[in-house]
Amino acid sequence: MGLSSVEDLFAHLPEELRLNRTLDIPPGKSEYEIIDYFRELAGQNANGYASFLGAGVYRHYRPVVIDPLVTRGEFLTSYTPYQAEISQGILTAIFEFQTMVCQLTGMEVANASMYDGSTAVPEAAMMAVRITKRDKVLVATSLHPEYREVLDTYSRHQEMPVETIAYDAESGRIDLNELEAELSDRVAAVIVQSPNFFGIVEQTREAAELAHRHGALLVVIFTEAVSLGLLEPAHEADIVAGELQSFAHPPSYGGPFVGVLATKQRYIRQVPGRLVGQTVDEDGNRAFCLTLATREQHIRREKATSNICTNQALVALMATVYMTVFGKEGLRELAEQNLAKAHYLAGEIQKRGGKLAFSGPFFNEFVVRPSRVSAGQVNERAMEDKIVGGLDLSRFYPELAGSMLVCATEMNRREEMDRFAEKFAALTT
Amino acid sequence: MKVRPHITQNEPLIFEHSSPGKKGYQLPPLDVPPVDPVSALGSGAVRREIPGFPEVSEVEIIRHFTRLSTWNYAIDLGLYPLGSCTMKYNPRVNEYVARLEGLAMAHPYQPESLSQGAIRVQAQLEEYLGEITGMDAVTLQPAAGAHGELTGILVVRAYLESQGDPRRTVLIPDSAHGTNPATAAIAGYQVREVKSNDQGMIDLAELEREVDETVAGLMVTNPNTVGIFENEIAKVAELLHSRGALLYMDGANMNALAGIARPGDFGVDVMHLNLHKTFSTPHGGGGPGAGPVAVKSHLEPFLPTPRILEREGHLSYDYEREQSIGRVRAYCGNFGVLIRALSYILAHGGEGLRNATADAVLNANYIRKGIEADYHLPYPAPSMHECVFSDDTQARRGVKTGEIAKRLIDYGFHPYTVSFPLIIHGALMIEPTETESKGELDLFIEAMRSIAREVEDDPELVKSAPHSTRTKRVNEVLAARRPVVRWEPGEGE
Repeated sequence: MGLSSVEDLFAHLPEELRLNRTLDIPPGKSEYEIIDYFRELAGQNANGYASFLGAGVYRHYRPVVIDPLVTRGEFLTSYTPYQAEISQGILTAIFEFQTMVCQLTGMEVANASMYDGSTAVPEAAMMAVRITKRDKVLVATSLHPEYREVLDTYSRHQEMPVETIAYDAESGRIDLNELEAELSDRVAAVIVQSPNFFGIVEQTREAAELAHRHGALLVVIFTEAVSLGLLEPAHEADIVAGELQSFAHPPSYGGPFVGVLATKQRYIRQVPGRLVGQTVDEDGNRAFCLTLATREQHIRREKATSNICTNQALVALMATVYMTVFGKEGLRELAEQNLAKAHYLAGEIQKRGGKLAFSGPFFNEFVVRPSRVSAGQVNERAMEDKIVGGLDLSRFYPELAGSMLVCATEMNRREEMDRFAEKFAALTT
Repeated sequence: MKVRPHITQNEPLIFEHSSPGKKGYQLPPLDVPPVDPVSALGSGAVRREIPGFPEVSEVEIIRHFTRLSTWNYAIDLGLYPLGSCTMKYNPRVNEYVARLEGLAMAHPYQPESLSQGAIRVQAQLEEYLGEITGMDAVTLQPAAGAHGELTGILVVRAYLESQGDPRRTVLIPDSAHGTNPATAAIAGYQVREVKSNDQGMIDLAELEREVDETVAGLMVTNPNTVGIFENEIAKVAELLHSRGALLYMDGANMNALAGIARPGDFGVDVMHLNLHKTFSTPHGGGGPGAGPVAVKSHLEPFLPTPRILEREGHLSYDYEREQSIGRVRAYCGNFGVLIRALSYILAHGGEGLRNATADAVLNANYIRKGIEADYHLPYPAPSMHECVFSDDTQARRGVKTGEIAKRLIDYGFHPYTVSFPLIIHGALMIEPTETESKGELDLFIEAMRSIAREVEDDPELVKSAPHSTRTKRVNEVLAARRPVVRWEPGEGE
């Protein structure tokens, strides 16, 4: 190549812009040292603890068949399927994903996935703004607080004012009177979560009726996908978006997860992100490809429906395998187990003086206030017994200080639930 | 010969395998009393079933997804020279460590005292990315490159607002990725395009005219999308700074710089990185990625909440940050991806990162040299980690870049990036990365030269490619005209 050394490759870079030292990073480690390094760090996290944390991130059983399939190099090490002829594997799987998301949510079309549930919220809001040509968004305070923070960040420069609708202090559901009072012909979307952050099944039908009466769209968000094994989906919604982490991805300290966005057929051209469509190849065989790219940034640039480029294909594949493994019967049985476990735990805690904060029906999470000891004491005593207790709500809802959000899934054995419930009992000295 | 055909299995959609009663799952018996859903949730709230959901056995599941996988091309099968995408080998140890129980099962709301390892992963990665980029502070929250861009531009906006005026316009070179203008628009900015000069680089004189008091900043990719290092980048930064504007760098091409030059040393104020490119985390068929954002100290107060604090060896989160742009994502970003990137950096060390960069640039130049007699090179400036040709020579015989790309498939390669950047008509954008052997590069060069000969001798052969794939040329027009984005019962093959 006419070079005397590799250095010649960089000779054209201005001298003063070149780094003339080695990066201050320790010398490369061997595979074993790397594993050792991360084992050490993993050991500094909670290990061998029972956990009752949910709040948008759930511990569910991951069937063993999932990892051998999603770590196949043909899936793991492929790129976004622009070259359809040699990407039919992932395209077919995403088409199945889109279909299952529709079946699950009761919507007509779904995209190839979003980054996560939290970023799906502003994307759904912006989509509603485009559809209705209105600017304002009403959001229930019972939507995951971090999702609301993300919505605030995105909306600030969109000329998209966001107003909150309180929850009813008795039921824990959205305050329909306040919603009705706040609706106007400026409102593009009403955003509610079901089951909401408190674990309570929302009144989406009533919210839809109010929203539609004022020409606004209803956006329904979910964080616990397992609930859809049992709950009637919000057919009345215009957009359903949420998080599928529950389907096969471990909590992984918050990511990578996989968001979904599903809607009615008539809004398909306003959907953000990738879409896989069915077509045929030259021989007339069924084939799939990325489609409706004219919505997207690489074609439309600043006029695109979103700046999203990547989706979460591999995590979406994981969820697809998971939904296939559990299937129609399994997802139902799984959801019933979650319902039963959470209700059992709530009952045991109540026997020991815990008071449920809300009367609304809950799925696998509930808000409880200990009466015989403080919430802090409950979690402290739990920690001593290798249990991570509930989420202290004071950080997100100061008015609920002293209460905690508790989650039980099929992963929580009866014995550990009994031990946790015991922590709500009065201290015996 | 690199390729020889082999049998692949046909496979219907999973729904077409389904029949009532088949099961692929097992749950332990319920150890608490069952709860009647209708009495717990209300009759209207409980669904009868999930219509159409699959019912299949475990072996059918394994075969289904395994068969699908054999229809995909992947780095694990060979060179994947997509320009701008940095398709390098994804080390398996990264997959292993990301699955360690204490990391994978960590919950973002578990107490900080039980999360020290998870926070340390982030703190360590922030430190190394700061060293690699020459920047002062890093946030790991953004979930992908475009998400990082948005975060970065929101930070620019917040900073300028704090100075009294957010300004109105973001300048973007005509060679930029489409995400750049889309991002600026979402951050509430108008976009103005800046023309490249005849070297494919930023035209300083043109920029001089464009930067006025309405300009918030310039989004530049360096090396740019033509694979050329912007030699005047320091002057560009100076010009912007002298007029109160900031320099944003799209770090998509950081694989050309790591260990060689640092954006923080040439005037960049804010940039994002794609961990799924330079830092080898798997693309997974289109995600997940991660798009950390690195800034100079004057922009640090505006980074997303929370920030990591360290006191006497104890790590915690600081949520009290008044000037922050807020959250861009729940929790702390794509943590599992962060683990893999840290693992990659640890495996390389400072010297290894530099060697990887040198090899990436060497490989790109080796390909350039190997095919420059057969393909037109519109910009003769030295190439960094990728080389960009045009289809000028072949177009005279009626063959376009997209068709050459499809023909490459027959030779056993994934195509290069087609028709991008937009400033080159009929672009062939080739990025081999450092993880390819000379043998694989030689096969690729041979394939490209062979296709050039075919264009001369038998252009139809190229135009009708691919010939060897199980799926022939896909009708994308039909897909867009009549969008079918889900399976419906009764629709056969």
